[in-house]
Amino acid sequence: MPDAPGLELIRGQIELDHPGAVIDTSFDHERAVLAIDPSHLLAVLTWLRDAPGQEYGFLSSLHAADYLPAEPRFAVHYELLNRDRVERLRVKALLGEPASPAGGAAGGTAPEEASATAGGGGSPAARGPAGQRLPEIDSCVELFPTAEFQEREAFDFFGIVFRGHPDLRRILLPEDYVGWPQRRDFPVGGEPVTFTYNERNYG
Amino acid sequence: MAEAQLSEDRASEVMTVNIGPHHPATHGVLRLVVDLEGEVVRDLRPVIGYVHTGIEKSCEAQSYWKVIPFVERMDYVSYFFQMEAFCGAVERLIELEIPPRAKYLRTIFLELNRIHSHLVWLGTTALDLGAISMLWYCFRERDKILDLFEMATGQRMHTRYFQVGGVIEDIPLGFERKLRAFVDDMPVRVGQYEALLDRNEVFLSRTKGVGIVPRERLLELGVTGPLLRAAGEPWDLRKTFDYLAYPELDFKIPVGTVGDNYDRYRVRLAEMVESTRIVEQALEGLPAGPCIADDRKYVLPPRSELPTSMEALIHHFKLVTEGYRVPPSEIYYAIESPRGELGCFVLADGTAKPARVHFRDPSFVNLQAFREMSVGGYVADMIASLGMLDPILGGVDR
Amino acid sequence: MRERQLRSRDLLRGDLEGEELERYVEEKVVMTNFEKLLGWARSNSMFPLTFGLACCAIEAPISIVTARYDLARFGAEALRASPRQADLIILSGRVSIKMAPVVRRLYDQMLEPKWVMAMGACSSSAGMFSNYAVVQGADKFMPVDIYVPGCPPRPEAVLYGFTKLQRKIQGNPDPGWRQRYNALGTEEWARGGPRSEPRGGDLEAYERARELTGA
Repeated sequence: MPDAPGLELIRGQIELDHPGAVIDTSFDHERAVLAIDPSHLLAVLTWLRDAPGQEYGFLSSLHAADYLPAEPRFAVHYELLNRDRVERLRVKALLGEPASPAGGAAGGTAPEEASATAGGGGSPAARGPAGQRLPEIDSCVELFPTAEFQEREAFDFFGIVFRGHPDLRRILLPEDYVGWPQRRDFPVGGEPVTFTYNERNYG
Repeated sequence: MAEAQLSEDRASEVMTVNIGPHHPATHGVLRLVVDLEGEVVRDLRPVIGYVHTGIEKSCEAQSYWKVIPFVERMDYVSYFFQMEAFCGAVERLIELEIPPRAKYLRTIFLELNRIHSHLVWLGTTALDLGAISMLWYCFRERDKILDLFEMATGQRMHTRYFQVGGVIEDIPLGFERKLRAFVDDMPVRVGQYEALLDRNEVFLSRTKGVGIVPRERLLELGVTGPLLRAAGEPWDLRKTFDYLAYPELDFKIPVGTVGDNYDRYRVRLAEMVESTRIVEQALEGLPAGPCIADDRKYVLPPRSELPTSMEALIHHFKLVTEGYRVPPSEIYYAIESPRGELGCFVLADGTAKPARVHFRDPSFVNLQAFREMSVGGYVADMIASLGMLDPILGGVDR
Repeated sequence: MRERQLRSRDLLRGDLEGEELERYVEEKVVMTNFEKLLGWARSNSMFPLTFGLACCAIEAPISIVTARYDLARFGAEALRASPRQADLIILSGRVSIKMAPVVRRLYDQMLEPKWVMAMGACSSSAGMFSNYAVVQGADKFMPVDIYVPGCPPRPEAVLYGFTKLQRKIQGNPDPGWRQRYNALGTEEWARGGPRSEPRGGDLEAYERARELTGA
């Protein structure tokens, strides 16, 4: 893992070309984490992948997490790996929930259409099935083809729209499922156990 | 002239065939929508999610030690690996050192589970390719491994053996002897499997030169494990990252050359032999000592102390009812499972329940390579490639 | 042995009379009614469907047809891949919400008579997965004949369930503990009762989720 000074060096070099990209760095449990602003995502990932001396060419994992009630609410994690130096670096893109306007002109738009129209630069915004606005981020499928299924999974569970993904639709849940299950305010579901004998006999 | 044109048109018609989710040759409930032109596969779209269990969401509602049986059931032939990924991640979050005996015991069980997973793979894949008697031979060995698991842990599958801090119980008397007998026997058996399949004309012509994906493309697609090693890349997390007892053991990583299905088969067979060697060495070097860490804040005290020590009783009560709290942090911890890199991401928010548990499952990512392995070949080659890809749909769908 | 041969020869010649004939008939001829014969034949020659969903699939249908826990002893060796040719479906594994219509369609495609074994805790009652993605018990959408508990059940447990199913098919079902402890008639339907609605915090969470997603 790049150690703490190495991580600060990386931050410094990114800040030279893209000021304002890196929001925070942290180094705990021997893991280096770069928290970045999602609008600079592709630039940072390209630099980390291609710059000589960095060359984090393998994306181990792409996953999202919901930090409710902290703001910004979502974060998409990119686990990068450099196989020659055997170093891992995690890039964390912090996404907030966009402020949802009341109603929504695109009520009932399917997410695929929304992301297709949003492919051209972020407006009109991606909307969920009820017209509420969904958080958006650029897709890194061009840089790392392994992200294809993993971004679909993040969309499926959190409702995060990846702009530029070739085929953004649900992957693990049924196609017509409503809701983003992995969000923290979605209930776990299931059925409560019914203790009928106890209730009948013991009140 | 007209007939030739007519038959040409008919031959170039593309037919979409739906294979699965219930099909004897898919390893689990995988649905493939295949565009066929005659017998040649033109396009392939896997549809997954038919065994999606919402394990990651359920984990957020359980305390940390209750999560362990949940995550076991993801990739259901390599259950010890999921336990190790999760327990290892939590141990790093709370910075708990596990005793050396626990490291060696975990290594032994992980490698036994690797052999188990490869045996299940070999039996079912050979069954798909037509070598039906391999199933019986592989499952005979598998039953021996399951006997060992049952002897040590009480359950054949989904044993809940690894806990945060070590392993839940030490191995019983007689286990070492039985394990030694198994270890002596296994290389002979692998030799017998090779004798059955290696020079079988049908097997060779179905697997040699089939399903080749170049190494760079596999790396781009994020494929790891025996698939990557068969293509010539010597990448194995057991050697590159130090975890458990692997740094102290001497073993080799089998690497292929061409990257076709035959290489994948040979790599996995060689891995079975190497795993046997690892188990043998770990058994020789098994250190004495406790099998679980001492820290009562995270690990249950031994039952013998409960009647006499008030603190032990309080710790026990607290751990069982509420569980331990992990300070807010997050970690990604990856190990080498029989299918590739199995990573576990744990986000802790200071309460007794994890806020997010996500598994980077190797089969999920490897499935993206399936399309490239099959397009351009015949349907029968697609089935062979699916067998050699070794997806386990429990891990894919979680 | 020689005596039996001679008696058979006498019968064929028509030489056995009276009491000898009656004794002979008692020993050699099986008398039963047609239902019993049919039940015996069906139970001892079942064609299970090769249908594995998740972890229980490794124990059955794969492990019970292997040499140690041989299912062929009970006549059920011929596992059929096509539901049209099978008469026993073993639901081995968790039934997710995406898979449930597929399982139901498979069940509908099977021809009468057909039986269902819910193997494992997940298909009997969703097991440990009380969440949004698993159907809480396969008997929510299809009739189940026998439940085999376990996670996963040992192959011996599956075979025990199989033999119980055989007895059920033959016409003398085995009520088990209810008969032993004089508890026949205490069966009840737990679902649909007063406590099977979501309560408290869950109810509010569901309402909020419905609002958020506009369902």
